[in-house]
Amino acid sequence: MESNSLIINLRDISFSYSEDKLVLDHLSFHLHRGDRIGLVGPNGSGKTTLLHIIMGLLRPSSGRVELFGKPANEEKDFKAARRRIGLLFQDADDQLFSPTVLEDVAFGPLNLGKPPEEARDTALKTLARLDLSGFENRITYKLSGGEKGLVSLATVLAMDPEVLLLDEPTNGLDEDTEEKITDILKGLNLSCIFISHNLDFLSKCTDRMYAMSNGKISFDEALVPHPHIHAHEFGRLPHEHKS
Amino acid sequence: MIEEQFSTGQSFVHGLDPRFKIIVAILFSVVVAVSSNLLALLPALALSLFLMALTRLSPRKVFYRLLLVNGLILFLWLLLPFTYKGETLFTIGPLVGTKEGVLYASRITVKCNTILLAMIALLATTPIFTLGHAMSKLYIPDKIIHLFLFTYRYIHVIFQEYRRLTNAMRIRGFMPRTNIHTYRSYAYLVGMLLVRSYDRAERIHRAMLCRGFSGKYYTLSRFSINIGDILYLSLMLAAILGLVFLQWRAIA
Repeated sequence: MESNSLIINLRDISFSYSEDKLVLDHLSFHLHRGDRIGLVGPNGSGKTTLLHIIMGLLRPSSGRVELFGKPANEEKDFKAARRRIGLLFQDADDQLFSPTVLEDVAFGPLNLGKPPEEARDTALKTLARLDLSGFENRITYKLSGGEKGLVSLATVLAMDPEVLLLDEPTNGLDEDTEEKITDILKGLNLSCIFISHNLDFLSKCTDRMYAMSNGKISFDEALVPHPHIHAHEFGRLPHEHKS
Repeated sequence: MIEEQFSTGQSFVHGLDPRFKIIVAILFSVVVAVSSNLLALLPALALSLFLMALTRLSPRKVFYRLLLVNGLILFLWLLLPFTYKGETLFTIGPLVGTKEGVLYASRITVKCNTILLAMIALLATTPIFTLGHAMSKLYIPDKIIHLFLFTYRYIHVIFQEYRRLTNAMRIRGFMPRTNIHTYRSYAYLVGMLLVRSYDRAERIHRAMLCRGFSGKYYTLSRFSINIGDILYLSLMLAAILGLVFLQWRAIA
C-alpha cells in the first residue's frame, strides 16, 4: 500500500468529443483514501466522462492523470489500476453480458487470474453479501431492473476494489431497491465517487459533494440540512417519507 | 426471443457431455450432407428419429419446428420434378414430372429433416451457454465463441430497442404503406438500430475492460465424462462409419 493517501489525482484535464465544445475544461480533482465524494450536475456536464477518464476508457486531450501515486498514460498503466478501481456503469445491460448471473459475477475474478473454483467461491460470497443467494443460475437478461442493479454492483464488488466509481447507481430503481443499495453502499469501507441526481441518496452515502458544470468542478461547502414543506395528494392522511 | 425451450430436460441425451454432442452433430451432418444415396440417407433418418425419441421432447413442438423448414422444401417439390431432365414419371397438363426430379427432391427432403432432427436432438437439448463452453473446450477459436455468446446475450436487448423504436413510431400514428414515407421511416429505424447497437457494443466493451478483460474469456464450467458418454460416442461413431460405408457401397 502506498504511504501517500492520494489515490486519484487529476490535474488540468481537458477533454472534448467534438472540436467546438470542451466537455472537461482544465479540470482538477483529487480523491484521498477513505473519501466519499458525490458529484452532482446537469446532464452533459461531463460527470460520466470524468469517470471514464479516470478508468482510462477515454484519454484526455491535455492534463495529467495519476492513479495510486503513479502517472497513468498508457493502456498498461490503466490496466493495472483497473484491478483496484471498480466502475459501475449507468445501464446494467452494459455491465451484465454473460448469460448467467454467476458467470457474470465471476468474470472479474477470473480476469484477475483466480482459478475457477476460487472465482466461483468469490462470486457466491459476493452474491450472498448482497442478499442475492440463489440468483447464481438466473439468466441475466430476464432479471428485473432492480435485480439487474444489484447484480451489477455484485460484479464490481467481486473484484474487491479499493475504490468504487458509481454512475447513477439509483437510477430507475424503486424505493425498496434504492434503500437496499443505499444500505450496502453505506456499509462499504471503500473510497467512492458517486454520480447521482438523487440528493437524498448522496447525503446518506457521501461526506462531500462537488458540483460539475461547464466542464469544471466546484466544491460547495454550504450544503446544509434543511426541513422541507411539501405538498402532494392525500397529504392529509398520516404518512411517512422514507428519505 | 430465444427461448431455448428444448434445453431443459432430464433425458439421457440432455445429460450427455456437450462436447461429444457437438462432435457427433458435426460429423453426422457432414456425412449426411454429402451422401447422395437414399440407401444411406434413410438409415440416417432412422438414426435421427431414434436420437429424437431418446430426448423425450414433445413431438408436437418438434413437428412445428420442422414445419418451418419443410415450408421451404415445399417449393422445391413444386419446381424440381418439372425442371429436372430424365425419365417421365407423370404428367399434369403440359407439365412433365421426371423420376430423377422426384428422387432429387426426396433426397433433399430426407437430408434436411435428418440433419435438422439431429441438431434439435443434440444441440437444442444443450443450453446455449454450455454449448459455448463446450466449443471452447474443443479448441474452437475464441472469437467465434465470443460472437456466438454475445449474439445470444444481446439479441434480446437489441430486440427490445427495436420494440421501443417501433412503439415510438406507432404511438405517433405510423402506418406502414407502400410509399416513400414508409420506406424512409423503416430506413431510419434500421439505421437507428445499427447506431444504437454499435454504441451499446462500445459501452459493453468498456465495462468489460473495467473488469480486467484482456481478450481471453475464462470459464467456470468443467465437464466430466462418464461411461454413458463414452458408450454414446462409440456407438454414434460406429453408426456414422456405417452410413459412410452404405453410401460408398452404393456408389461403387
